[in-house]
Order: sequence, then C-alpha cells, then structure tokens
Amino acid sequence: MHELGIVFHIIKNIEQVGEKNQLKAVSAVTLEIGEVSTVVESYLRDCWKWATDKSALMRGAELKVETIPAITLCEDCGKTYGTVQYGRVCPECQSEHTHLVTGSEMNIKEIEAY
Amino acid sequence: MDEVKILEIKESVFADNDRQAEGLRRELKEKGIFLLNLMSSPGSGKTTTLTRTIEALKDELKIGVMEADIDSDVDAKAIAATGVKAIQLHTGGMCHLDADMTRQGLDGLETGDVELAILENVGNLVCPAEFDTGAVKNAMILSVPEGHDKPLKYPLMFSICDVVLINKIDVMPYFDFDLEKCKEYIHMRNPNAEILPICAKTGEGIDAWANWLRREVNAWRSPRKE
Repeated sequence: MHELGIVFHIIKNIEQVGEKNQLKAVSAVTLEIGEVSTVVESYLRDCWKWATDKSALMRGAELKVETIPAITLCEDCGKTYGTVQYGRVCPECQSEHTHLVTGSEMNIKEIEAY
Repeated sequence: MDEVKILEIKESVFADNDRQAEGLRRELKEKGIFLLNLMSSPGSGKTTTLTRTIEALKDELKIGVMEADIDSDVDAKAIAATGVKAIQLHTGGMCHLDADMTRQGLDGLETGDVELAILENVGNLVCPAEFDTGAVKNAMILSVPEGHDKPLKYPLMFSICDVVLINKIDVMPYFDFDLEKCKEYIHMRNPNAEILPICAKTGEGIDAWANWLRREVNAWRSPRKE
C-alpha cells in the first residue's frame, strides 16, 4: 500500500515531464532507492505493473532500480560505517550520536522516452 | 522513426509534493489559517483526543476538521457531534494524504472563517511521515499500549513531528511503558520535539496541549494583525 502511493507520485511526476517535453511514450524509468528508504523493491514492482498499465504514457514502461547503500556518520569519532550492518550505534566508539549520510533516497534518476 | 531519448530527472519522488505543500502553506499564511496535521497508528485515540481538544478551544477559535480514512465516516460523525464543521476524506485505498489531497479537503471544508483546521491523517506511522501535507505543524499521538520503543522503530515519523502526545497514560501501570525512556528515544531523533503526556479519556494533560495549540495558532496568525 505504501509502495502504491509512491508509484502514483512517480507516475504523476513523469506525466508532467511528458507533457512538457511532448513525449509519446515512456519505455523505461530508472529510480535511485536508498537501502533504508522504507521502500520494498518487490512490492514496488508489483504496484508498478498495475499502476503504469493505467497510464497511456507509461504503459509497459520498464522499471530499473539502482540501490544506494546506507552509510551512517558518527559525530563523535568522525568515522562512517554501514547502517544496515550496525544500525544507529557506532561500531568504532559505541556512540549513539550518529546520523544517516546516504540511504534514505527515493529519486527518479532518468527516463527513456520517445 | 521516433528516437529514444534519455531525460535526466534527478529529483526526489517527493519533490513535486514538497513544492505543492510549500505553496499551500503560503496560502494558509495569507488567509490566517493554522493547519495541524495529526498522525498516529490506528487506535491510538486520535478522534477522542480531537474531541477533547475541540471542547477546550471551540469557544475561542473557529475550528474545522478533516478526517482522512481509507473508508467509512464514523470519525467525521463523532467530530460533527461536537458542533464543529467536519468532513470525511476518503483516500481510495491510499495510506496517506499528500498536499494536493489536503488542498482539496480544505476546499471542501470551505475554510472561509476557520482559524484552526485539523487534518486527522490516516492511521499509519510510515507513509504520512513521507508526504508533506502543507500543514503548519505536525503532531502525533503515541499511545501507551503501543510501547515506548516506537520512536526507535519509526524514526522518520518522530523526527518530523513538532509535538508528540503520549496518550492513555492512565493505563501505564498495566504496561511495561517507560515514559522517561520514551522521551529519551524521541529526543535522540528529534531534540526539538515537545512531549506532552495526556489521557484523552479523562482529560488529563489536555490543558497543556490546548495551550500549545493556542500559542502556535496565535504565532502563525499574529503578523496579520500588525
């Protein structure tokens, strides 16, 4: 359900791009999705097929996903580490003063169209 | 033959919604309407808390409420019983409201003289946090039975909220709910969040919450009076 809302937004955005650039059809969409962005790729793909089918511009468009790794920075020791493996506590100095540098992205990178 | 071309978009999925939300906030500022986005899990007591809030403020502020749900109109009926204008928004299966849907809701509410508009978002701790509705402030309710560890599990929701109401504090003795831990977890992700323990059923803590709202509504509307 969460993924469906996101797919609707992607379609709306791309339809606006399509109108502005007078595109006839979109054949592929590349998304950049962070590892901890809360989007489940397999759900996204299920929603994608169903929702793009309802858009004249996007019918049959291929979905390409590029994953952006989640990296956390420790504010106390200044080191970075993999978020998925260690979570919010720094594995170097055990500090909890950490923040996510990358990994929460949900971007439309590019589209292929004609 | 049409040639396939590649268009670089390089934009967040939420960018368009964020722009619409900013536009809506500007419009609300001009009209002097304070929009509160109220979020929580299902069953945390949003509607009961709202009923209490309306009782506390309806004599001094013109209030309008938008109830967003996937289906039914039970919440809108409960709010309408308090005497303020309430409308039901159906999200058609979607798990959140975005800025465009919120704007449509405000149109439906006919906000002419409304000073405090409240959006009761769909009960969900995930998606509503991702979509800016255009609200002036975000509030959420965490109820005691849900557990004090929720800020760790749903960090985004807690990080975007200006105020967190901890509801159902009357049942705290029956649950392993550690209020101090909960506050610590919330502040870990959002040092500026105001935390107000309440019990919507008995009315405990509602005064402090009504004061918060009063202050924020006045601050938002005050430059217009100058």
